[in-house]
Amino acid sequence: MNTVVRGLRGFAAYMGSLMGADAYRKYLEHFETTGHSGPAMTEREFWRDRMDRQDSNPQGRCC
Amino acid sequence: MGKISDQSKLAEGLDPTLPPPAVEDSVREAEERKWTPFKIGLWIAISLLGAVAWFMLALVRGETVNAIWFVFAAVCTYLIGYRFYSKVIERYLLKPDDRRATPAEYKADGKDYVRTDRNVLFGHHFAAIAGAGPLVGPVIAAQMGYLPGTIWIIIGVVLAGAVQDYLVMFFSMRRGGRSLGQMAREELGVIGGTAALVATLLIMIIIVAILALVVVNALGESPWGVFSVGMTIPIALFMGVYLRFIRPGKVMEVSIIGFVLLMAAIIGGGAVAGTEWGAAFFHLDKVTIAWGIIIYGFIAAILPVWLLLAPRDYLSTFMKIGVIVMLALAIIVVRPEITVPAFSEFAGRENGPVFSGALFPFLFVTIACGALSGFHALISSGTTPKLIEKERQTRFIGYGGMLMESFVAIMALVAAISIDRGIYFAMNAPLALTGGTVESAAQWVNSLGLANVNITPDVLAQTAKDVGEESIISRSGGAPTLAVGLAHIMQQFIGGPGMMAFWYHFAIMFEALFILTAVDAGTRVARFMLQDSIGNFIPKFKEASWRPGAWLCTAIMVAAWGAVLIMGVTDPLGGINTLFPLFGIANQLLAAIALAVCLAITAKRGVFKWLWIVAVPLAFAAVVTITASFHKIFSPVPAVGYFANNQAFSKALADGKTEFGTAKTVAAMEAVVRNTMIQGVLSVIFVTLSIIVIVAALLATIKAIRAGGGQDHEDPPVPSKVYAPAGLFPTTAEKKLLAEWNALPAEKRTQKASHH
Repeated sequence: MNTVVRGLRGFAAYMGSLMGADAYRKYLEHFETTGHSGPAMTEREFWRDRMDRQDSNPQGRCC
Repeated sequence: MGKISDQSKLAEGLDPTLPPPAVEDSVREAEERKWTPFKIGLWIAISLLGAVAWFMLALVRGETVNAIWFVFAAVCTYLIGYRFYSKVIERYLLKPDDRRATPAEYKADGKDYVRTDRNVLFGHHFAAIAGAGPLVGPVIAAQMGYLPGTIWIIIGVVLAGAVQDYLVMFFSMRRGGRSLGQMAREELGVIGGTAALVATLLIMIIIVAILALVVVNALGESPWGVFSVGMTIPIALFMGVYLRFIRPGKVMEVSIIGFVLLMAAIIGGGAVAGTEWGAAFFHLDKVTIAWGIIIYGFIAAILPVWLLLAPRDYLSTFMKIGVIVMLALAIIVVRPEITVPAFSEFAGRENGPVFSGALFPFLFVTIACGALSGFHALISSGTTPKLIEKERQTRFIGYGGMLMESFVAIMALVAAISIDRGIYFAMNAPLALTGGTVESAAQWVNSLGLANVNITPDVLAQTAKDVGEESIISRSGGAPTLAVGLAHIMQQFIGGPGMMAFWYHFAIMFEALFILTAVDAGTRVARFMLQDSIGNFIPKFKEASWRPGAWLCTAIMVAAWGAVLIMGVTDPLGGINTLFPLFGIANQLLAAIALAVCLAITAKRGVFKWLWIVAVPLAFAAVVTITASFHKIFSPVPAVGYFANNQAFSKALADGKTEFGTAKTVAAMEAVVRNTMIQGVLSVIFVTLSIIVIVAALLATIKAIRAGGGQDHEDPPVPSKVYAPAGLFPTTAEKKLLAEWNALPAEKRTQKASHH
């Protein structure tokens, strides 16, 4: 049973990273290792910034 | 000459307090070249199974062939291609060096440049390259029988498609994630670069238009489809607002909510279409739907990304992975028997009803995505290279990702040929031939004289009823046929015949979802390219935030593809039949452009001995597309040549005829004259631009060969401070090195990429 749960959890985590659900966590990791002067963006600010950057830098999807 | 001289500097720059960022070359070499009895046995088994599968498909002429052989032939060939051919490309042509940092490391910003776990990035890249294309082309190509398409999809991907994706991705990664357009300009100069840019823009318009045409054909006169696909818009808007204001960043959560709502929309669509008011309200003709998509396309492209595009993307990724896994499982479990012949009666002719033109070259342009797709070059340069963690992973992600797409194309082919051939032709021939009713369609199909085909009107009516549609006659474009095939297979796997209507609309829904996302994103990218080009003359246009400029350019782009779409929908000759070859030609010409750029880069790197790896697929793509274009431009057969058709109809009009061929009115005849002229002119422009790019690349290549190499535009090498294995399964040496890295104190390996 345990292995099934672990497998499912792994799959959910994989799908999560695939869709970019962990983008904020990665941003924070990067922020901590590089050490900036100001504070890091909050989660809300980060996602706003991410979406707004896509507005000015569109990426194609394939056919 | 190029990167070789940087090697020693790179070695000196490595951090001595860290374990090495790459497996020692000699150790890796020894590991790769060591053949244990187990490995030898494994590869013999794979080769034998693949050989048996190909034998069953190509040489055994029984009544039927089991679908499982398609799976084995594909998978075994992919494995061999991946293990041996892509290894040759890696070892002799690209020579990746894990001691060099990737852009995701040396440009890391936590946003666009982020080192991403290779398995996650594989899925990410796959989701970005695979859309509706591999699901549509193989279905249309099935007119010629299953074998030509199968061979082209499987062999083409190994020698051409995956090679292109891999090379473009690697070269873009070495250049900090530069786009194909930028690389073309750098390597080919101003003329070649500009031609490549204009060609890309035009090709984008054609591709968006024809994808939209596929959706229109799938939704026309289908209240169920219109309702459920229409519901994706409010669902996406809700998801967008949820992510922006209610729970930012909860991507998985909102995707699951969205998925449940989508399923509800599909089931609800059946109920709504069953009511009198629903059937009346959502029963739209094709022209109305086309206008709907044009208006939608404009609004979607000027709305902020977070509101519509991003949530649609999440839904689409979710569906993509789910559907593909499910379809693969279903085909393996159900193993349908295929009755379609290896070569059909149309394989030797050029007047097939589904698409016109001879097998060579038109089969090779009809199936683009899945075998060789130029559009991938735009994805493989840009987003993915900015996320790659180590150089050696490009083989797994670039080459491997494309093999995966090819497998999707094979599954689509299997689904399409698992249905009766009579139904296939009744669904895919233009209205002008089938007449639109079950009786006339059955009569027409039976008159074709196809072996073992004897369809009755009852079967056509019953099939339509099973999938919850009013009619399945002349639903060209590939998507409905695939949906019937998928429903046919899936109901044997889950749910039984009662579920067929659900599976049919499930398939229509996901294809429409992929396509509408591509339409929205494609319009945005095209608008951006246009803004950038106009910005060279009027600088104000370069400001992305300047609304009037953005709206104007969006309107121009939507008008351009909208015009082609309306032309296709109202075309008396059948739309898909005449336009789909143009789509394939455009896509393959883009591939030729991408490969031409890769050829020039390879020559400048000084590896002349292995230049054929790029030259062979380039030559093939160039010959196929230029021949196809010439057929379309110069062929005297009206069914094939745009101008021949134009002349035939012009002459008929001049003679005062009021109907000609499939055009029954003077207005329809005038439409044919107009459409064929536009299509012909587009073909001329495409092929001219591509020849300019190819010639520019050949000149750059010859110059580089004469000089023994050329200027290298790679970013300067930066020593890497991280390590990760190259492929799906780490080798022994990779595991050992990984253990060394994992043994470091946490603060020393803060550079570690997040694993899921």
